[in-house]
Amino acid sequence: MGLFTSSIARKVTMSLSGLFLVIFLAQHLVINSASVFSPETFNSWSHFMGTNGLVQFVMQPILIIGVLLHFIMGFILESQNRKARPIKYGVFKGNNNSSWVSRNMILSGIVILVFLAVHMYDFFFPEIAYKYVSMGPEDPTRYYAETVGKFADPIRTFGYVLAFVLLGMHLWHGFSSAFQSIGFNNKYSRALQGFTKFYAVVVPLGFIFIALYHFLNQ
Amino acid sequence: MSILDSKIPKGPLAEKWAHHKDSINLVNPANKRNIDIIVVGTGLAGGSAAATLAELGYNVKTFTYNDSPRRAHSIAAQGGINAAKNYQGDGDSIYRLFYDTVKGGDYRSREANVYRLAEVSANIIDQCVAQGVPFAREYGGLLDNRSFGGVLVSRTFYAKGQTGQQLLLGAYSAMNRQINRGKIKPYNRHEMLDVVIVDGKARGIIARDLVSGEIQRHSAHAVVLATGGYGNIFFLSTNAMGCNATASWKVHKKGAYFANPCFTQIHPTCIPVSGEHQSKLTLMSESLRNDGRIWVPKKKEDAIAIREGRLEPTDLKEEDRDYYLERRYPSFGNLVPRDVASRAAKERCDAGYGVNATGQAVFLDFASAIERYGKEQAAIHHISNPSAAKIRELGEEVIRSKYGNLFQMYEKIVDKNPYKTPMMIYPAVHYTMGGLWVDYNLSTTIPGCYATGECNFSDHGANRLGASALMQGLADGYFVLPYTIGDYLSNDIRTGAISTDLPEFAQAEKEVKERLEKLLNVKGTKSVDNFHKRLGLIMWNKVGMARNAKGLKEAIEEIRALREEFWKDVRVPGGLNEMNPELEKAGRVSDFMELAELFAMDALHREESCGGHFREEYQTEEGEALRDDENFMYVAAWEYKGAPSESVMHKESLDYENIKVATRSYK
Amino acid sequence: MKLTLKIWRQKNGQTKGAFQTYSLDNVSGDMSFLEMLDVLNEDLINNNEEPVVFDHDCREGICGACSLQINGEPHGPDALITTCQLHMRSFNDGDTITIEPFRAAAFPVIKDLMVDRSAFERIQQAGGYISVNTSGNTIDANTIPVDKASADAAFDAATCIGCGACVAACKNASAMLFTSAKVSQFSLLPQGKVEATQRVLNMVEQMDKEGFGNCTNTGACEAECPKGISLEFIARMNREYLKASIKG
Repeated sequence: MGLFTSSIARKVTMSLSGLFLVIFLAQHLVINSASVFSPETFNSWSHFMGTNGLVQFVMQPILIIGVLLHFIMGFILESQNRKARPIKYGVFKGNNNSSWVSRNMILSGIVILVFLAVHMYDFFFPEIAYKYVSMGPEDPTRYYAETVGKFADPIRTFGYVLAFVLLGMHLWHGFSSAFQSIGFNNKYSRALQGFTKFYAVVVPLGFIFIALYHFLNQ
Repeated sequence: MSILDSKIPKGPLAEKWAHHKDSINLVNPANKRNIDIIVVGTGLAGGSAAATLAELGYNVKTFTYNDSPRRAHSIAAQGGINAAKNYQGDGDSIYRLFYDTVKGGDYRSREANVYRLAEVSANIIDQCVAQGVPFAREYGGLLDNRSFGGVLVSRTFYAKGQTGQQLLLGAYSAMNRQINRGKIKPYNRHEMLDVVIVDGKARGIIARDLVSGEIQRHSAHAVVLATGGYGNIFFLSTNAMGCNATASWKVHKKGAYFANPCFTQIHPTCIPVSGEHQSKLTLMSESLRNDGRIWVPKKKEDAIAIREGRLEPTDLKEEDRDYYLERRYPSFGNLVPRDVASRAAKERCDAGYGVNATGQAVFLDFASAIERYGKEQAAIHHISNPSAAKIRELGEEVIRSKYGNLFQMYEKIVDKNPYKTPMMIYPAVHYTMGGLWVDYNLSTTIPGCYATGECNFSDHGANRLGASALMQGLADGYFVLPYTIGDYLSNDIRTGAISTDLPEFAQAEKEVKERLEKLLNVKGTKSVDNFHKRLGLIMWNKVGMARNAKGLKEAIEEIRALREEFWKDVRVPGGLNEMNPELEKAGRVSDFMELAELFAMDALHREESCGGHFREEYQTEEGEALRDDENFMYVAAWEYKGAPSESVMHKESLDYENIKVATRSYK
Repeated sequence: MKLTLKIWRQKNGQTKGAFQTYSLDNVSGDMSFLEMLDVLNEDLINNNEEPVVFDHDCREGICGACSLQINGEPHGPDALITTCQLHMRSFNDGDTITIEPFRAAAFPVIKDLMVDRSAFERIQQAGGYISVNTSGNTIDANTIPVDKASADAAFDAATCIGCGACVAACKNASAMLFTSAKVSQFSLLPQGKVEATQRVLNMVEQMDKEGFGNCTNTGACEAECPKGISLEFIARMNREYLKASIKG
């Protein structure tokens, strides 16, 4: 199984899972943004996502696998990369040849991982418990209040904002980098770079805006 | 009859090589597996020979002092490689390449060898393309050519300004294939320190592992030297820092004759010396002379003003410039051969027209080429009435695509922009035509010891034409040696492996160790470089571009005195059993000091001027070289007799049956 | 100018090393960086100390022997040159310059600033060639037309001098730029396509075995490469590798 053993295959795994998460993020943002415009739409979309069999039992497991692959592979690669230079430089001027963001994907990644854990604790686990453990009654109107309620806490909201700033940084490098890893580097790459920057700014800003909107409208 | 037997095959010139290949003995494939060959040096000559020999089935060991075969100094060759392909349809042919090479060498090379070189040259290009060397191409997908000094056709194949690099990577890739198959065992960071002679035959070498310092014995049925030239004898040269004559010199001391040591090429287009600290000189490809015009000011006061920085060269009017090559040699102009161009530059500078702070530089100016190309491009792009600035821009673009890397290199070193202001150049030691004497089979006078590429003397006579070194290295390695060595090895099929326990190995190892220990134990006060620089100064001043009997005699005395001082006062820090670059250098310099004496003796005995050897006593009224074919049309092959001063000269007379010997004129 | 040099000194691969500080006067701007080290070594020898060991050979930027991490960057602060082409005019009077060996697990230190880059050779041996015999009995060179763009791209890849700056600059000590240049140099040409599948698989496998890190596309290698080898070659190799893996 060359997929997990060669360095390039590992990179491709990172890349594909990352790109999948990028798409997921966009979809997530679209649903979240509904909470700003219309609680009803938000509730109905959330209910669909929460109860549709395809989403729940096909898409959701794929997403979980994608997240796990991305993180586990990220850690494996990081540990290999550290081993590849056992003695560090006395002076290392990385900024002269590369961006801080690109060299510190593991940092932004870890912050995002912590955020994800909190996020799971906040939404995913209660949701699973509600639906599949305590077998709560189907209530298509509960999502809006549950979501908005979480943003009452200023610390939680601040953490949320911080996580998305780091997610933006992660995307800033990761999005176009994923294309490079799968061998996409051609005349469209400049445009892709531009889109990467746009995406890395706009999507996290969107999430941050929604969080602050609810925080300020409590 | 000389004791030197060049073994030139009988028959008409054009059939000699084919006939020879048909008649020599071969080794059958099964037997090749039982034969070991050592190849010392992994540049174009050594790398190509090692790959081909391994491919034929021999077991090959390669040795290089570098950490990789691909770092050999062949890599630095810039301009190109000649081949008589006649792709341009400009009248080129094998005979013309042969003729140009013999004439360019001032009729001091062996006709049969040169003809063979021209004959196989076309094959080199086929071979290199097949193995993936990315030569420059035209838009139609076919190979491009350019022109080089001393010839009237375009027969030079090139890969931008990095032809040597690309060819070496090609040879190295062929080596890699054999290393991967286990047929070549590469000994990188190993230096050959002596050859081992058993029963009169070369049967192995003593090498030092440069990392651990370990002295090793390696045996083989034949030893091939491809160790390059000895230009570093001048300290300042375009050679790499590690280039040395040690392997050739050790072999010479064990019985191989050294031929024409005084034939050294001074390359006209190098970046001038900037100061005391200078460690080497950088060559700018001769291809620059295709487009650059060489000049100095007509008036001395202008030269002085430029030197003192009061006058910019670009401000000097056209009529105040002396394009001295175009003036003296109207038919070849700036593309005269290297020796002629170098001497002309020295003549102007000695007369006080030099243009940099030291007065040791001339201009190489691209302004007219930029303008010419700019106009051409404007016409191609249908730009009517282009402005001068537009023409310049378009012209610079063409120049950039042709010589970009060279211009960048120049700017990095000199800190001046050569697109805007003319380059400054001065001649520097570049290539040594002299070297180990070899017969037609490339065998030295020690049976079983072969020499290929720059380290032999055979093909370039007294002066080498541009883009011919790469050609010779690859011709020897790919197409000549692998055949001719079989003739010798066919007697060895029943010999079996050579033991390294033979007393000859023990003795050679002992001598090597003793010499190294002796170097370490002098514990004097001066560094190796100190001696090397002083040796270089003697050589440059008295055995350099222009020589005379008085200076040469003085040089011989000075070299001897310096050598004596070296063995009394050199300081070599560190130990034997460790990585010790100072010890490596000390060994090499100690050999240079011996070779230098022979070099000067050879220059003294050759009472004529020819090619790179210019004796001030022998020149025409116009200052051109005055050859003496009556008395000196021979190869001087020196036999070692215990000390350089005791060396005995043997003559191999040169017979030109297919070329009319004439005065070399480029006017 | 006067300089303070902090230089890594290490007796051999088995012992530990440390920085030592030297001061050097009368450095001229026209000196190359290596000539500056020559001057230091001359001083050290005169003072009966051991000179600093470093790799160097051609001193004109083409052999790839010279290395050195200078003030935190391979081949020093200037772009598109090797250490031997770096001139002291790039520094100022009174500067402190830190000089270290290229650092990577795959490039163990031999002595002082000299490292063992033979891992690069083994990568090339694993497949960096076209399997044609060197007999010369091949077809005429012009029967293989190569479009100019491919020939130029192959040349660009082939200008790699194998100095190791890419590995040294990469925060992961990855050798992807080197390997991709060596792979692309052949696979871009029609002659090299025949063996392309096996070549890329073998060379990448060897690269991984040597203990280099993974590529995270920071682009540091490209920025520090003295020959300006492009990241496009890495993308190219990734593509080729994927194709080859799928083909098997």
